[in-house]
Amino acid sequence: MDVVVCVKQIPDPADPGELNPDTKTLKRDTKLILDESDSYGVEMALQLVDAAGSGEVRLVSMTPGGETGGLRTALAMGAESAILVSDEALAGSDALSTAKVLAAAIKRSNPDLILTATESSDGYTGTVPEQIAELLDLPSVTFGKEVAVDGELATVKRQTESGYDVVECPLPAVISVTAGVVEPRYPSFKGIMAAKNKPVEELDLSALGIDPQTVGWAGARQEITEIADSPAREAGEVVVDEGEAHERIMAFLDDLKVL
Amino acid sequence: MTEYKPPLNDIRLVLNEISDISRLCDLPGYEHVDVETIDGVLEELGRFAAEVVSPVNKIGDQEGCSVSDGVVTMPKEFGEAWDHFVDSGWGAISQDPDYGGGGFPLAIHTVLTELLATASRAWSMGPMLTAGAIDCLHTFSDESQKEVFLPKLVAGEWSGTMNLTEPQAGSDVGALTTKAVPQDDGTYRIFGTKIFITFGEHELVENIIQLVLARTPDSPPGTKGISCFIVPKYLVQDDGSLGERNDYRCLSLEHKLGLHASPTCVISYGENGDGAVGYLIGEEHQGMRYMFKMMNNARLGVGVEGLAVAERALQQASSFALDRRQGKAVGAEAGEQSLIIEHPDVRRMLLTMRAYTDAMRCILYANAATLDLAKSHPESEERQLASDRAELLTPISKAWCTDLGVEMTSLGIQVHGGYGYIEETGAAQHLRDSRISPIYEGTNGIQAIDLVGRKLRMNEGKVIRDLLDEINDFTESLNQHGEEFATIRSNLADSLQAVEEATAWLTEKGTEDPIQAISGATPYLRMLGQLVGGWFLARLAIGAKNNENIGDPDFRNSKMTVAKFYAEQLLPLTRAQLGAVTAGSSDLFAVPEELFSI
Repeated sequence: MDVVVCVKQIPDPADPGELNPDTKTLKRDTKLILDESDSYGVEMALQLVDAAGSGEVRLVSMTPGGETGGLRTALAMGAESAILVSDEALAGSDALSTAKVLAAAIKRSNPDLILTATESSDGYTGTVPEQIAELLDLPSVTFGKEVAVDGELATVKRQTESGYDVVECPLPAVISVTAGVVEPRYPSFKGIMAAKNKPVEELDLSALGIDPQTVGWAGARQEITEIADSPAREAGEVVVDEGEAHERIMAFLDDLKVL
Repeated sequence: MTEYKPPLNDIRLVLNEISDISRLCDLPGYEHVDVETIDGVLEELGRFAAEVVSPVNKIGDQEGCSVSDGVVTMPKEFGEAWDHFVDSGWGAISQDPDYGGGGFPLAIHTVLTELLATASRAWSMGPMLTAGAIDCLHTFSDESQKEVFLPKLVAGEWSGTMNLTEPQAGSDVGALTTKAVPQDDGTYRIFGTKIFITFGEHELVENIIQLVLARTPDSPPGTKGISCFIVPKYLVQDDGSLGERNDYRCLSLEHKLGLHASPTCVISYGENGDGAVGYLIGEEHQGMRYMFKMMNNARLGVGVEGLAVAERALQQASSFALDRRQGKAVGAEAGEQSLIIEHPDVRRMLLTMRAYTDAMRCILYANAATLDLAKSHPESEERQLASDRAELLTPISKAWCTDLGVEMTSLGIQVHGGYGYIEETGAAQHLRDSRISPIYEGTNGIQAIDLVGRKLRMNEGKVIRDLLDEINDFTESLNQHGEEFATIRSNLADSLQAVEEATAWLTEKGTEDPIQAISGATPYLRMLGQLVGGWFLARLAIGAKNNENIGDPDFRNSKMTVAKFYAEQLLPLTRAQLGAVTAGSSDLFAVPEELFSI
């Protein structure tokens, strides 16, 4: 079974990022690393291929600048190869443009299953996986916390607010997986050395037959009109226990829908 | 205890500027290594140390280890971290590719040692002793022994030890009495009791390879009669599988000041009467020579422990000082408690810790690079020069750095005030864990005697002469770096002059009245370390200006401040030692021994 994992290379969230006031987007001139939320998809893909007994894990990614550092991390974990769509015209891409590009790259690979994170840790639109599925005319299952594959059928436990749903869908399909579902392995020393020689195919838009005018700033159908500081943290509510505090705490947690 | 953040930018800068890592990558045998690969390796290695090893540190301190019926129990988290270590393959990084190693420069093994030891000193003892055993087997055992033992040790699936010490034979290894009786089949049977055996018994791995020093029958007395043996916990059968349990047992564990979860074992060989099966390494009576050959690597590794505890204490103290509010700093608004980092004395402590930590890293990584050059440089003259420099730097690496490790962890406690003295903050653990390093692998007093008694005399003084000349040339060259370096230049020059005077005095006394020279050995080592540290920090400051891809401008500028602070406020301690060096032995022996008795 061949699995494609969509991965994004993002500025290190540990270093405080900056917004570019002109474009109202994150400055990306620093080193890019593998989005941690994608490492769960990579791990799950490796486990699924392992369980299937054959096949491989391939990566699909896009970035305007051609960086590969984050891809090497995923290759060091065990993925076999990567397609990196790299083209200056990709700068400013919105969610739909991203989905178009990734879908075109995935098509070249013809996988049995496509895994993604639920959302990236820098853009947070959370809409790319579903758009990819639509563009590829494949079933879309979101918020997978467990995925099992049996022949051409995937069984997915979908995280919901109150628990989980069990859904089945035919393969190929696009499944987004939640963070924390599996424990991503640490790249081993041998994995890192092996990753140096694993193929990363760099493609530009013309290789994928995509008109540069339909992606990036030129093709964006969404616009960031305003950016604002996040509101300061408000003072918390102090609950003094006079015998019934537990009830108020329960009601509070219930309102937050965490119970 | 605070989390551990691997100081990767500091490490990168020192590798670039002090170890000249790109030069090491060009050496024969390192063709597959380049700076970019090393960078990727550092990231993941740092993550492994911080996320896998560091969390076990406090657990180990609190739970410790115990022995019952010869079976040693350690915190379960130690075993989990070890399993991850095997999966990760990090132990193999600088080992021989023929036995599954990564073939990276020794300088990168030094990074591994630092990161693991900073994450958890106790846990890192296992990989460290294993690396020592690998070094010994790789250098001196025959091919069939290598094939049996090395791949498993390199992979971390088995661990290794060194069995030297016996109750009456500590610093005086030649006094050991453990017996090795030759058998008709070419093996030996080992009888005797060893003490202070680090990671001598545990359940983290399926087999433990003890390297045991012992005497064959009719061997010459003292160090000339010692042989070295491989004694596996489980005998290895011809097909590589594990067979019978060897005849030795862990009798007890020591209760120690620190490193609570690192089992320090008393091991009894041959209790059942037949003796433990041992295989001779190399030739009989050569054991001590083999130990000496491995000493530079082992002593460098212990020196790194001084750096590791200092780095950890610094990180802990810094984050405490950025959180704790006490008193009103000068200039702060009335009625407001200031962060303690706003007080000058706390700043002084933190900057002192920073400066010494940086200086230690420079000395250690420079030392590692000389070992790489000594091993792999294509020209024999260069190999010899590097080897000589390594011989000279090794006692400084071991003693200067581990003494400072103790002092800096103590300073780390001081930053915490009362909270440093209670265990909850974790600051005290670093001091306790630091204290063994000045003792084992040759006490720091022995290091100083080695420096003054052997190293200063190498090539009739040329080896120390070359180092001091190099520092002199560098100091003069600081002219071209502007006014900013003026005080660094003057203080380096003054300290160098003090070291010159001390060296001349010791060289003269060393031949005519050795006890005078040996009496001044420890202060001399201290002053030489102090000078070399200042020289490296100045080089690092210049390097930081030229490495715009490492860290941010604040980080790079801080190296100038550190070099200046060290030169102006710590480097003068070099001259302060001069009187102690040249005082000789008279006062030390003027007081009759009876007055020391109580």
